[in-house]
Amino acid sequence: MKPEILECAISLPLCGGGIPAGFPSPAADYALEDIDLAKYLCPKPGATYIVRVSGDSMNDAFIPENALLVVDRSIVPQNKMIVVAVLNNEFTVKRFISNSSGIRLMPESKNNKWKPIPITEGMDFKVWGVVTKIIVDALKV
Amino acid sequence: MIALVDCNNFYASCERLFAPQLNNKPIVILSNNDGCVISRSNEAKELGIEMGAPAFMMEEMLNRNQVAIFSSNYTLYGSISNRVMQTLNEFVPQMEVYSIDEAFLNLDQFKHTDLFQLAKKIRNTIILHVGIPVTIGIAPTKTLAKMANRYAKKERKAEGIYLAETQEQINELLAYTRVEDIWGIGSEHSKKLAQQKIFTAAQLISLSEEWIRKNMTVTGQRMFNELKAVPCIGWEWMPAPRKAICTARSFGQLLSSFEDIREALANYAGNCARKMRNQQSCTNLVQVFLQTNTHRTQDKQYFRSVNIQLPVATNDSGAIIAAALKGLRVIYREGYNFKKVGVMVLDLVPEQSVQLGVFDHTNHQRSKQAMAAFDSINTRFGKDIVRYAVQGYKKKWKLKQERLSPCYTTNINEVLTIKN
Repeated sequence: MKPEILECAISLPLCGGGIPAGFPSPAADYALEDIDLAKYLCPKPGATYIVRVSGDSMNDAFIPENALLVVDRSIVPQNKMIVVAVLNNEFTVKRFISNSSGIRLMPESKNNKWKPIPITEGMDFKVWGVVTKIIVDALKV
Repeated sequence: MIALVDCNNFYASCERLFAPQLNNKPIVILSNNDGCVISRSNEAKELGIEMGAPAFMMEEMLNRNQVAIFSSNYTLYGSISNRVMQTLNEFVPQMEVYSIDEAFLNLDQFKHTDLFQLAKKIRNTIILHVGIPVTIGIAPTKTLAKMANRYAKKERKAEGIYLAETQEQINELLAYTRVEDIWGIGSEHSKKLAQQKIFTAAQLISLSEEWIRKNMTVTGQRMFNELKAVPCIGWEWMPAPRKAICTARSFGQLLSSFEDIREALANYAGNCARKMRNQQSCTNLVQVFLQTNTHRTQDKQYFRSVNIQLPVATNDSGAIIAAALKGLRVIYREGYNFKKVGVMVLDLVPEQSVQLGVFDHTNHQRSKQAMAAFDSINTRFGKDIVRYAVQGYKKKWKLKQERLSPCYTTNINEVLTIKN
């Protein structure tokens, strides 16, 4: 058994146009499957969740208000990835910086009220998943 | 060897995945209509909250201890369950999904593998990828795997795994497990065994097979051999198509009017028809029943059921709804406070072997096409987007679900919002 999870396979026609009946399609020999946007956005549906962002602390990292994030939990977070983290029992989306001086969560915003958050001992901190795609409704921005 | 993988406090764990503020806090999930407790987090168990406890009787206690209370969100749990099962499937292709939160894995292909390490890897992957903690029991038979799982939950909390491979490891299990906790032993049989001074699984296997068969029938004998590491319970790779399907639910409030009950029944009947189409069966026998609330002693009581025979077996929503409503007209009486209506389709036969009637003028091809279109629209655009008029929109019968969490994984408008 293979349970399906993301059932929103969206197909985009690569070539359109009707062919009059009776004529063999010259494209038949070149036929390939349409682009599966769901597969592109979410190659590992079993480990992927979708979340929405409200707020402007990452608006300089292509994450405007109301953006949808594709979050893959199977990826091990590495320096400079954008992550969904749980910090003191609250969700937050930030740039994950991990180097010799420790771990920091960096906001990337035009609004300078957001400050870097150094992760120190005693903080309840966990990476919930790694952001792999950002979906923005271009008609609503 | 067989592994039983069981999600820990599954419904509570699903809710917690999207609500980290509930980490280390007590959580309970209530049954349909927010009646009683059906799942508890460990913290709720420690408060002494029992399974099946009626919620209205403990409101004060739940509030005082700041217990987070949820209505059951089966859409969410089903979706998370699929992810768990899919992840398991990537490790072990031969598996049997036993319930929403449990699966048996056939480990025969892993002859030269360290099974404990394999279990560790599976467990870590599920918590990491899906976010749900699981416990794994491994043993030579399904019954022992169940037992190993239970043992791991109680005695190996940190690892969450128990491997019963050697006779010594199996013996440890048998000595630990009381007979009433063996998979498939009912209270009748455990009483009978207690009279023989048999209290543990280890004592049980010291009995003769003869005694077991005489006193506990063939099922008992099968369990007896399973405990002796002889596999007797087969694999069910695909769930067998069901012989009957029933949809019956208590209303969110008491209902008296025919129209309100009819709306509920039409929806339940439509539900049965859809499930029949999913498993490609048809019925020619529809049973409808209607009842009052037996706990309300101040009310006049009523219970009746009726069978409606159809000339030709069908799974057409229109035909099943029509039959159910015909039944309701027979059994409905004015002046009662009804609590529940239900419909059951019986004697299911495979779609291909339906006997056509001589005087039957239904256009079956047309009905089939219509239903296929009906189902594909509803799968794509949402349940009951197209519906029969009688299914209505009033929904007075609707379940009470006052503390329902969002459908985080199945509805784009309800995904988790992170304030950033």
